[in-house]
Amino acid sequence: MNTRQLELEVMRYDPEKDEAPYFQTYTVPCPEEWVILDALNYIRDELDTTLAFRWSCHMMVCGSCGMMVNGEPSLTCKTFIRDLPDKVRIEPLENFPIERDLIVVFDDVIQKLQKVQPYIIRKDDPPEDREFTQTPAKLMKFKQLTMCINCMCCYAACPQYGLDNKFIGPAALALAHRYNLDNRDQGKSERLDILADYDGVWECSFVGACSEVCPKNVDPAAALQQMKVDGAVEYWKQKLGMTGEKS
Amino acid sequence: MSRRPYIRPMSKTTWYMRNGRYKVYVLRELTSFLVAFYSFHLICVLAILATGSAEKWDSYVAAQQCTGWIVFHSVALLYFLFYQTFPWFKLAPKAMPVQVGDKKLPDSYIIIGHYVAWVIISAFIFWLAGVFS
Repeated sequence: MNTRQLELEVMRYDPEKDEAPYFQTYTVPCPEEWVILDALNYIRDELDTTLAFRWSCHMMVCGSCGMMVNGEPSLTCKTFIRDLPDKVRIEPLENFPIERDLIVVFDDVIQKLQKVQPYIIRKDDPPEDREFTQTPAKLMKFKQLTMCINCMCCYAACPQYGLDNKFIGPAALALAHRYNLDNRDQGKSERLDILADYDGVWECSFVGACSEVCPKNVDPAAALQQMKVDGAVEYWKQKLGMTGEKS
Repeated sequence: MSRRPYIRPMSKTTWYMRNGRYKVYVLRELTSFLVAFYSFHLICVLAILATGSAEKWDSYVAAQQCTGWIVFHSVALLYFLFYQTFPWFKLAPKAMPVQVGDKKLPDSYIIIGHYVAWVIISAFIFWLAGVFS
């Protein structure tokens, strides 16, 4: 097994002791097959038990281990040592307050995810004798958007959110678009009030960084541009008294 | 144990120096100044045309022959092409995805469609301007 000495500069912050974060360097013997998360676990198990970071599945499903790896928002369970130089800098995700070490506070985005009403809204009663139908073609319109695991790498990459965190942001808006595109949903016009508001899609200036860093290829930037078109069309439909709800 | 989340400040003036991706974005946004200046230039051209004076028009056309203006038009053209036209065509499939049945139309079809439309519209404008006659 090919092992390499990796120098990891890890950002540390203890709210009870430190005024500001600082970097601590660890040297970790890493097999090439390891990912950054393995190296962090090695530090916690063998070198420094006080290092705090989130992780759960180690297989790109839970979305817990998002961090900045050499300045790039990344899932550390997906970032292989073999693709990195000998010196790697690990920081908590940008644009979020640091709770402790590599753990950030997500409360703001959790509220935003709730705000966009990410569930099927019906204006009529659901059918009693059968479920809502959805063909593969209708599912395909939004399937990619359902792949989001809320790792928040897109928020860490988004300068608009970093400059003004009132912006609803990529993942929450992409999630709203997922429901707008769902043929079973009738809540598009209700969401429009939130999505087309000052803090909604028009705050996005299409930097495109969210899609470039997304570990699940969700492409929130594309979703936001489509929402701008949809928002404009829906606005005029409402102005002209054509609500145009889906069945 | 008390909570005291640390907020890292983001510079309002130098944030785009953080990585190459942001720098490219800011360069793209800066084209707006060139667009504004070029638009102003076109309005001035229209104003000259509106006077109906052939003499003024001829002197304007003569002024455009100088090296400074030729450099300006060349830079503007290249800047628009590389920071506006090409990226915009590349991004078009994202903003306007087309689904046929249960298959997504390949991005290349939409991109090529834009280029074809661009060539046809440009040729029509050239034809209107009498370039082909």
